Amino acid sequence: MYSNLVSVTESSGMDVKNLKEYLCWLYYQYLLITGIYVLEPWEQSIFNTVFFTMVAMVIYTSYVFVPIHVRLALEFFSGLCGGQEESTVALMN
Amino acid sequence: MTECSANKSANGDACHHKTNGRKPGRNGYVKNRFHLQRQQLQNSFYPKEKASCNGGLYSRPFLESFEETPMLVAVLTYMGYGILTIFGYLRDFLREWKIEKCHIAREREEQKEFVPLYQDFENFYTRNLYMRIRDSWNRPICSVPGAKMDLVERVSHDYNWTFNYTGNVVKDVINLGSYNYLGFAENSGPCANAAADMTMKYGVGVGSTRQETGNLDKHEELEQLVARFLGVESSMVFGMGFATNSMNIPALAGKGCLILSDELNHTSLVLGARLSGSTIRVFKHNNMQSLEKLLRDAIVHGQPRTHRPWKKILIVVEGIYSMEGSIVRLPEVIALKKRYKAYLYLDEAHSIGALGPHGRGVLDYFGLDPQDVDILMGTFTKSFGGAGGYIGGKKDLIDYLRAQSHSAAYATSMSPPVAQQIIASMKCIMGEDGTTIGRERIHQLAENTVYFRTRLREMGFIIYGNNDSPVVPMMLYMPAKIGAFGREMLKRNIGVVVVGFPATPIIESRARFCVSAGHTRDMLDTALSAISEVGDLLQVKYSQHRASPSLDRAFNEPAYEETEA
Ligand SMILES: Cc1ncc(COP(=O)(O)O)c(C=O)c1O
Repeated sequence: MYSNLVSVTESSGMDVKNLKEYLCWLYYQYLLITGIYVLEPWEQSIFNTVFFTMVAMVIYTSYVFVPIHVRLALEFFSGLCGGQEESTVALMN
Repeated sequence: MTECSANKSANGDACHHKTNGRKPGRNGYVKNRFHLQRQQLQNSFYPKEKASCNGGLYSRPFLESFEETPMLVAVLTYMGYGILTIFGYLRDFLREWKIEKCHIAREREEQKEFVPLYQDFENFYTRNLYMRIRDSWNRPICSVPGAKMDLVERVSHDYNWTFNYTGNVVKDVINLGSYNYLGFAENSGPCANAAADMTMKYGVGVGSTRQETGNLDKHEELEQLVARFLGVESSMVFGMGFATNSMNIPALAGKGCLILSDELNHTSLVLGARLSGSTIRVFKHNNMQSLEKLLRDAIVHGQPRTHRPWKKILIVVEGIYSMEGSIVRLPEVIALKKRYKAYLYLDEAHSIGALGPHGRGVLDYFGLDPQDVDILMGTFTKSFGGAGGYIGGKKDLIDYLRAQSHSAAYATSMSPPVAQQIIASMKCIMGEDGTTIGRERIHQLAENTVYFRTRLREMGFIIYGNNDSPVVPMMLYMPAKIGAFGREMLKRNIGVVVVGFPATPIIESRARFCVSAGHTRDMLDTALSAISEVGDLLQVKYSQHRASPSLDRAFNEPAYEETEA
């Protein structure tokens, strides 16, 4: 059911038109699903701080490191393929 | 006994659907057309349910569904509990270090070395999860809890640790929570008047037990009426339903006996079984293979170690299970009981009055003979708008219980106005008061039940239980949604019961609606539109088998045909 959550939210977002209201609704869903709806405000802020910090860090690290790793990996694999080709060529000869 | 299939019985009905009368060995009151329609609906509404086997034993299609929990929802629910548990530990830590004041019972300083009292999971759960959403429970009601009720408004300024009453009353809240199946919880009308007259004549208190000076003529009258209503030789009434179970099972079974109990049996039955000192074995909910296996093992192996045969084998089941909304597979249980010569104890707390074309419970519903059940138990708390419980059966059994039962010997007997309320409502159900009110209510309840269930299913909620059961559990799963659902519904002036962990498995939190004959179509529609609205808001329309609304003609057909008296 949550696999189509995105489409549901999009359509109701269209209906509502008001972006702010839509974001409120999204936040409400977030509160319910994580369960922090029932917590006291200060606990909610702790959770939000930790959660969003973590998300931000994940995004930041992936932004910084993923391109490098991808490039390295590409190099590695192309090196492998190249090397193999050479050796097969050598064998054939 | 296993050769017939559900399809067979459906086809059988298809052939006979012109002869709209009684058929021997079948429940003649079922509209055959209804049969067919439901059979067609089966494919669209209940694709995942086990098509009931043993169709030959059933006089009607036995449609019961328990849609499985969607994987993602289960994962998210566990995650939610995980997060709440972490915060629970944080709060406990703060309380431990006196950073925060503890509002709840805890170990005293002087008792440090004693066995800890408040450290198990249940206490942790109460302190850190239940407390946060407890505004949805224990609400004081200040009117008769009929189809509508008035609530005392209350607020909490410290996150549910304490409540303040504002002095206002929330008026006309639609009541979807009370077990008021036939709508007899009333403060006016013939039953209430009869009870009031009785109060003027006998007073309210009795002040003694049945064996001493608490045996009124009204009790005798009630017992005869109950026996007649149930179609058994004799019956006995008790002042409290819970005690009827928990005090009579020990009188019936003891050491050397075996009790086979359904895993979802009510606490009163569980308590009674434990108090009796017999061996208890639990079979899977409504699972006849499981029951048969236990019966076979019991007969083959006898008592542990000594291998003597069991003195008695008592099967304990309920009519309608109040948390699942399922109906016991009684024809199969009776077949098993007969084959293995066991005794059967049937608790009809929710089903008496609420099921069957004459309101006589599951036996009536399946068209079975009351003599096939050894001990018929039920309560007056639900359908009759009274209080107390009864046991019906053979005269020997009842005479034995009169002498042996603790609740006969040590508990004050039933209050006379309550007895009168039950007499009046039972006569009304039986049509002995000269009106058709009782019959109409039974009819209305069946109609409301089908309507309510069908509509909820169409909306895409996951609904548990049997199609004819007036107890309608609707799955919520996530812990925050329990609290949110209760609050949002109350905002829309609808009172619902939400149920969480100790009463259900931890992830299967639910809201439980009880349909009543007192609900008008308007009330149900108001409630349903509010439920749908809240369902969209909270995203609890989990069902993956959406039913198409084009099939909504079925609920205009009531389950029972009006029979001429
Ligand atoms: C199956 C069952 N048995 C017994 C009882 C207890 O009945 P009472 O509320 O009349 O004490 C209940 C009450 O909910 C019940 O559900």
